[in-house]
Amino acid sequence: MAASTETHLSGTKASAAPPPRRPRRWPWVPYLLSAPGLALFAVLLLVPLVMTFLLSLNSFSFYGGIEDVWQLGNYTDIIADSYFHEVFLRTFRIAALVTLLCAVFGAPEAYILRRMKSPWRGLCLLIVLGPLLISVVSRTLGWALLFGSTGLVNQGLMALGLIATPIEFMYTETGVVIALTHVLVPFMVLSVWASLQRLDPQVENAALSLGAGPLTVMRRVVLPQIVPGILSGSIIVFALAASAFATPAIIGGRRLKVAATLAYDEFLNTLNWPLGATVAVLLLIANVVIIVGCNRLVERRYKQVFE
Amino acid sequence: MNRNGPLALIFHCLFLGFLLAPILIVCAVAFTSQGYLSLPTEGLSLRWFRAIGDNPEFIRAFKDSLLLGAVSSTLAILVAVPAALAIARHQFFGREAIQALFLSPLMVPHIVLGIAFLRFFTMIGLGGTFAGLVLSHVIIILPFALRLILAASTGMDRAVENAAASLGASSWTCFRRVTLPLILPGVASGWVLAFINSFDEVTMTVFIASPETTTLPVRLFLYIQDNIDPLVAAVSAVLIFLTVAAMLVLDRVYGLERLLVGKGRD
Repeated sequence: MAASTETHLSGTKASAAPPPRRPRRWPWVPYLLSAPGLALFAVLLLVPLVMTFLLSLNSFSFYGGIEDVWQLGNYTDIIADSYFHEVFLRTFRIAALVTLLCAVFGAPEAYILRRMKSPWRGLCLLIVLGPLLISVVSRTLGWALLFGSTGLVNQGLMALGLIATPIEFMYTETGVVIALTHVLVPFMVLSVWASLQRLDPQVENAALSLGAGPLTVMRRVVLPQIVPGILSGSIIVFALAASAFATPAIIGGRRLKVAATLAYDEFLNTLNWPLGATVAVLLLIANVVIIVGCNRLVERRYKQVFE
Repeated sequence: MNRNGPLALIFHCLFLGFLLAPILIVCAVAFTSQGYLSLPTEGLSLRWFRAIGDNPEFIRAFKDSLLLGAVSSTLAILVAVPAALAIARHQFFGREAIQALFLSPLMVPHIVLGIAFLRFFTMIGLGGTFAGLVLSHVIIILPFALRLILAASTGMDRAVENAAASLGASSWTCFRRVTLPLILPGVASGWVLAFINSFDEVTMTVFIASPETTTLPVRLFLYIQDNIDPLVAAVSAVLIFLTVAAMLVLDRVYGLERLLVGKGRD
């Protein structure tokens, strides 16, 4: 609001001065400025997405290829087939577990980071956020090496006496969950970190000086203020985990399918493009519903915190 | 109370160990002297780094990745700067909708975009071309650039611009000499974040890339799907070294936290 008043005021000032070379504040200026982006997004985002939806309505046969008919057969196939149920259920189970693990480990880590003194804080923040910049393929390769070929994780666990026989990590959900947690936990730390910036450490000291124990301070002062950060971090992590591709493809292999790797296989191996497009459309709808729905919920519930 | 107890520090060390373990093991395995995957217990060797030289397709993919990142981030900036200025400083009908549209690629899973672009590009004859890769990357990295430029243009003092205009500067001069220098930190960090996102993208690119035109992450991914050997560890290790070097420079110059938390203030 302040910005608009200011532009209005400056507009009258400019007209009082010698006439500027180009009349300002024309109503179509913002549209002109965003026109290149709008054109680009209309042609390169909306058209391909609509085409994908239309493709999901086509039918496919191994001899005839893609047939230009409009029907909902692919959707009813997916709803009726227990194989697809299993894949979608697995996808959401993995995403939910990863989100939970990220919240349980990422939120305390962000809090610990904030209480560190520089230069340690800067260095540790670099280690926590740095993996975000390293290619997800390289990071997943690291887990494949730890789980599989060198078997360091199992050797370590057995040396510690925690397990008697090696656990199977490669091609299992456990392995995918661990690797995905590693890939996505920096997002949770970032989100909680951002909400901690608004938390005044003096409030904690005030609670302490008023006789609250450390646990009470945590529960009554710190936690309520970082819950919005945890929730918005959870939305990001869940959405990214549910649509993750490279990590489940490498750790899960060809047998342990999630929605994204299923769509990939239908597209590039089975060549059943309409079915692949259907899986993609369902994934997109689920993703948008979850992100928009949860955002609404979080914002309504924590309105006072966000303002 | 504002100090971490011993328990917190143990947790912290385990957490950092968890984050570093897979990255360190890739680097360690790359130095093995054996012909198979193993830790370099028998002595260090650079043979697998030398082997990268015998596989020019990795080097070509690396060059393609760099070029793709540079071209698509620059295009994204050229589109995002005017759009950010429009959104940040004009009240107009459809402003919120336009902003939501520009940020919407963040909500679309990359696998969906990959499928959508594969179909679309095959239809219009851009399938497997470098131009197709650039266009698709512009779409997915634009939201990152836009957010940082938006933050910079919202926080900027407009009195300076008005002063320039009242002194007779044309709008183009005003933009070039006043506005652009003021939002330049946001534009630069937007470019860097866009470049990083383009360079690391694999899920969408795997659909659009062709054997002739591909990126390094896609090449690595397809190679790993077939077999994992010390060669991919060596390529990954080089990639990790370069990323860490870039990260340190970036942290010195701009601040990694500022870049990633997205506080585009100067």
